[in-house]
Amino acid sequence: MRPRLRIEMELLLTPSQTIGPFFHLCLTTDESAGRLLGPETKGEHIQLVCRVLDGDGAPVDDAMIELWQADADGSHGLFGRLATNDDGVCVFETIRPGCDRTLQAPHINVSIFARGLLKRLATRVYFTDDASNGDDAVLALVPMDRRETLMARADRANAARWTFEIHLCGERETVFFDV
Amino acid sequence: MSDSGYRKPDPVSQPDYLYEPYRATVRRAPRQPLVLHPETLSERTGPVFGPADVSGNCGDLTRQHSGEPLGERIIVTGRVVDDRGRSVPKTLIEIWQANAAGRYFHNKDDHRAPLDPNFTGGGRVLTDANGCYRFVTVKPGAYPWHNHDNAWRPAHIHFSLFGPAFATRLITQMYFPGDPLFAFDPIFQSIRDENARHRLIARFDLGATEAEWALGYRFDIVLRGRDATPFED
Repeated sequence: MRPRLRIEMELLLTPSQTIGPFFHLCLTTDESAGRLLGPETKGEHIQLVCRVLDGDGAPVDDAMIELWQADADGSHGLFGRLATNDDGVCVFETIRPGCDRTLQAPHINVSIFARGLLKRLATRVYFTDDASNGDDAVLALVPMDRRETLMARADRANAARWTFEIHLCGERETVFFDV
Repeated sequence: MSDSGYRKPDPVSQPDYLYEPYRATVRRAPRQPLVLHPETLSERTGPVFGPADVSGNCGDLTRQHSGEPLGERIIVTGRVVDDRGRSVPKTLIEIWQANAAGRYFHNKDDHRAPLDPNFTGGGRVLTDANGCYRFVTVKPGAYPWHNHDNAWRPAHIHFSLFGPAFATRLITQMYFPGDPLFAFDPIFQSIRDENARHRLIARFDLGATEAEWALGYRFDIVLRGRDATPFED
């Protein structure tokens, strides 16, 4: 077949706007959306506590967090979303993701939406004890002194409970990605 | 064909994170540059939704209660395409909005306007095979907010779209033509390019209007696109 030569115009994308403070009535009515697993789901079951803070360190009580991750075998994917509470916190029930057969360390893709965010913020959760973090091509692009902002940390009392702090700005600003 | 991933938005098409006239951005906008990385499987894939996610009267916000809501009944319809004009089929669209009096069904909305017992203001549909969608709702009212003295939001409907991948996720707002509040609204004005800004204004569409029933508005949405690759992994 002869290749077709086409000059295609790129359409201007629809601009993003903030999610605003009232999305709950539609987007997060289903609290089970915070459970990415069932009792039979293969893999290491964990709780992922996400906490969102603004530039003053104050909790962001009207954010929406979405997770997108591989299952235990490294296939995509599992999706979840929750709104943060008055403490800026939401807690997902999920599994530690597997490796996706590429050169990536296990990670969870995260979208953050909130009043005051005119566009989605995208970041990644990595697990601080994972030996393959050193080989991860995306982490390698992050300045060394900021990589720790992408690490979830296990609770000292409960090894299945991990906390990921998201600092929207300020001294400890989380690394966000241009995906 | 090379696989370069989802094309990046033209910067003029999108707002910056920091836009001081919208006060809440000051404590929430990141100041460090975003880290660019080659697209991986994680951004190229995304959640898939189906008919079970849009069952019931999800697309008709005027029929979710025992009675009909007050206000001007409208039809909002359009097509979702990628940046080359190709349909985005079977993708989830969720909308939420204030009622005709400008009040949200939400415990943190303190605007002194009445709630409507027949209107919640949330809807969801899937686009069809051609990327088309349709909602029936009522025209939302303008409402005051606390951003600055005498601040009012123009009437708008919030839209949430997934598209085929993590990379195509979009949340935006649709406005109505000729709103006198556009010039005073920092959220709308955060998109500095006028042409891009006007992408958020629905068009009145007599063809979508149903006689003796409801005015029609057309709102087409453009998501990021990518070149197909024959070597899909």
